[in-house]
Amino acid sequence: MARVVVDVMLKPEILDPQGQAVQRALPRLGFDGIADVRQGKRFELELEGPVDDAALARIREAAETFLANTVIEDFTVRVEEEGK
Amino acid sequence: MTTRVGVVTFPGSLDDRDAQRAVRLAGAEPVALWHRDKDLHQVDAVVLPGGFSYGDYLRCGAISRFSPVMETVIEQARLGMPVLGICNGFQVLCESHLLPGALTRNYSLHFACRDQKLRIENATTAWTGDYSQGQEIVVPLKNGEGRFVAHEHVLDELEAEGRVVARYLEVNPNGSYRDIAGITNAAGNVVGLMPHPEHAVEPLTGPTTEGLGFFTSVLKQLVNA
Repeated sequence: MARVVVDVMLKPEILDPQGQAVQRALPRLGFDGIADVRQGKRFELELEGPVDDAALARIREAAETFLANTVIEDFTVRVEEEGK
Repeated sequence: MTTRVGVVTFPGSLDDRDAQRAVRLAGAEPVALWHRDKDLHQVDAVVLPGGFSYGDYLRCGAISRFSPVMETVIEQARLGMPVLGICNGFQVLCESHLLPGALTRNYSLHFACRDQKLRIENATTAWTGDYSQGQEIVVPLKNGEGRFVAHEHVLDELEAEGRVVARYLEVNPNGSYRDIAGITNAAGNVVGLMPHPEHAVEPLTGPTTEGLGFFTSVLKQLVNA
């Protein structure tokens, strides 16, 4: 089965208090040198059929209308290679 | 004829009963609407109540926005039917693109729960006609993702067109841009509000009864229409 991954991230100009909280916790745990953290969502979609242009176009549509709120979020769609 | 105001129940709605009660106290007939039923049962207006519809999964309001009842609500709202979205209902309205912007996680990351002072900035919408512009009211507020955000140019447009309906006073509980607590669409029939006027309609249970005005306003608007 083919897998398509949709990553959704808050747009750069939208404040991410969760990411900031994570970033503030890192040095307390001894993980230094991390200047910024942004937290997002990853969706793994298992396709029944082949990953062709039509399937990817439908997934982009799903991402645009549903998986991401494009008022505040950006998304990327990529096909995960077989055997990885 | 009695004015009929529908209150939608989604799986995870919490404040649908309080909204129905507020509608009744205002003098209208509350009509329970179910998220899977497209039929609005001849209501004259709709309230989308607070809560955690569909568990707030994906994003608050994101799944509710595609529920069967919302298809009709969106269609009727575009034709001018008054719609009030409170808290989670406000999130549903933004996800539906009936209102601009989005509601994001509170700046503090804490759930905010307090009696909140507001200033009514626009007393000409379908839901605020019984207030006067600049009137200050206190109603409960309770949210984890109530921070209103939008692009600068959208905020400027909202301000210029008088579409900010209510603003937080004294404390901004969630970091909303420009202290925005509620907004309206250009026509003034769709209003989204983060605080809860339906919890401030009776002296026994509310900090004030100053929330009742939202529900009496729509009644007058419909009778005069």
